[in-house]
Amino acid sequence: MKYVNKFPMKGKFDGFGGQFVPETIMPALEELEAAYKRLKDDSKFKRELDYYLREYAGRPTPLYLAKNLSNLVGMKVYLKREDLAMTGAHKINNTLGQALLAKYIGKTRVIAETGAGQHGVATATAAAMLGLKCDVYMGTVDMERQKLNVFRMRLLGARVIPVKSGSCTLKDAVNEAIRDWTANVRTTHYLLGSVVGPHPYPMIVRDFQRVIGKETKEQILNVEKRLPDAIVACVGGGSNAIGIFYDFLDDPVEFYGIEAGGKGLETGKHAAPLCSGSKGILHGSHSLVMQDKFGQILPTHSISAGLDYPGVGPEHAFMKLRGRIHYDSVTDEEAMGAFKLLSETEGILPALESAHAIAYLKKMPSKFKGKVVVINLSGRGDKDVETAAKEMEVKV
Amino acid sequence: MSRISAKFEALRSKREGALIAFVTAGYPKPELTPQIVQTLARHADIIELGIPFSDPIADGPTIQGATDRALKAGTTPETVREIISQIRCTSEVPLVVLTYYNIVFKCGVDKFVRDFTAAGMDGIIIPDLPVEEAGEVLEATRKYGADLILLVAPTTTPERLKRICDVSSGFLYVVSLLGVTGAREQLSESIKPLIADVRKISRVPIAVGFGISNPEHVKGVIMAGADGAIVGSAFINLINKNLKDQQKMLRELDQFGKILKAAARLAH
Repeated sequence: MKYVNKFPMKGKFDGFGGQFVPETIMPALEELEAAYKRLKDDSKFKRELDYYLREYAGRPTPLYLAKNLSNLVGMKVYLKREDLAMTGAHKINNTLGQALLAKYIGKTRVIAETGAGQHGVATATAAAMLGLKCDVYMGTVDMERQKLNVFRMRLLGARVIPVKSGSCTLKDAVNEAIRDWTANVRTTHYLLGSVVGPHPYPMIVRDFQRVIGKETKEQILNVEKRLPDAIVACVGGGSNAIGIFYDFLDDPVEFYGIEAGGKGLETGKHAAPLCSGSKGILHGSHSLVMQDKFGQILPTHSISAGLDYPGVGPEHAFMKLRGRIHYDSVTDEEAMGAFKLLSETEGILPALESAHAIAYLKKMPSKFKGKVVVINLSGRGDKDVETAAKEMEVKV
Repeated sequence: MSRISAKFEALRSKREGALIAFVTAGYPKPELTPQIVQTLARHADIIELGIPFSDPIADGPTIQGATDRALKAGTTPETVREIISQIRCTSEVPLVVLTYYNIVFKCGVDKFVRDFTAAGMDGIIIPDLPVEEAGEVLEATRKYGADLILLVAPTTTPERLKRICDVSSGFLYVVSLLGVTGAREQLSESIKPLIADVRKISRVPIAVGFGISNPEHVKGVIMAGADGAIVGSAFINLINKNLKDQQKMLRELDQFGKILKAAARLAH
């Protein structure tokens, strides 16, 4: 590898990550990286972001001891209530951070991709508040199953652009957002919603989501006077998981990242690249992806639009290979079961994404018996009521 | 000297601009690609063959559509390699492969470059592989004697331009506009200063692509100082238009290629 020094590797997590994008947007990534480096420790920027997170988005979110669920599963379960953050999911942490960043670097427009619509809504929200123009790309399949969020985005003044290419889901929405960015890179910031994409996105999104773990640590030490034994989070692109895990990485805590098992890993109809994918390049970074033997990206399936994605953040791929985080999956059916369970036992309607994390406690109770476990309840489930009704064959 | 460099040298001595024609391999079906290439090669100086990839982020609707259809017709990288071997049996036209990095990466960079070069590939363009990540491909292309053609864009900074020019061989691909591939009405306004800037730095010939879709555009970029013009979506559109009549399709490709080449020839 005599060219290694000539081509310094950027944004690599032990080989994963990097920047695999058209030259047109490389300078924008350089600009973004430089701006982020400058601003992340800038006291004015930090003060402003903290203010919005607290007074606008409602942070800190509570850490709730779910007593009924705990009794039922035989462990002490705490829920980190990201569902109570403004717009109903953890996504707002990142969109406020990036929208503010965009403003500081002089961009007048943001674009975003969305699957479940949560990131789209959170982007539209931050853009409305900060006075940025906002266009959101969304696959037509997702628009159908998340109609409510489509309308919410429009109410917030965003334009929702239907994506009809490929599988008409999140992956294709990302493709279209990248194409838009290529054409409008001088005025537009691509507000990517997860810890995926080219460097510096996996780092920036992770950093903006770290607030979840920071708060959790303080809260759990406060009530339990000790660290949790385990933290469980769902993984699509992986932002809520990295966000809650990150500040515990050097602590004696076990981590479980739960992917969408869809109809079962053996059927191929799932969205679990960490459990069953292979090394590949998708949307600008080297990670684990679902692909065929020629490198064509495979269609995915999940009941949850937010997890329905064939790739995953490069840092997760790195953590998997290092063995620091355990990755597993639960099926659509198990997630639906947990959706009902949490609703009935705690009166909390979880997002179908987050229901995957809850389902894992029921699936693998022996792992957690008698332990203190934190679940990242990354979003609320109002948006999924229609899907749930359909799944339960109930007419609403 | 590579086939690509030799071609540019020959054109320079004849004072002609190069016409580089792109088509998606396997579109509308793999069996037809050799004939399409042979037809285009009557006029085009270099042929670019796209290996379809499921997520072509640098391409607009025209090439996306062709890509989808080629994939549905069962086109794989192996199919394209066989097509290249077949073309190479009867033609010496320089052949450039254009594909996305995952196709190369999944196969294994060294193996991909080795096998495709053995089949008759002269150069490779990977639109989602910037110079920073190109080390492994560069090593393989040097080892097997193929050209690695890098891209520069209107946003490329002088510092990046220098780094890219240090590495690109065969020619340098100048992206004429901000955005994806696809036919456009007008030539981008920024193209003239961009060509002038690149001209000053580049050691290899420069060819302009993205949005170049008629003889006026071809003439425009060559008169502005480029050594070649790359036309893709406009050819795909002609194929689209004539899916039901293969003879007419080939005839129109031939005629259009002829007109474009004439424009490239006269402009120099």
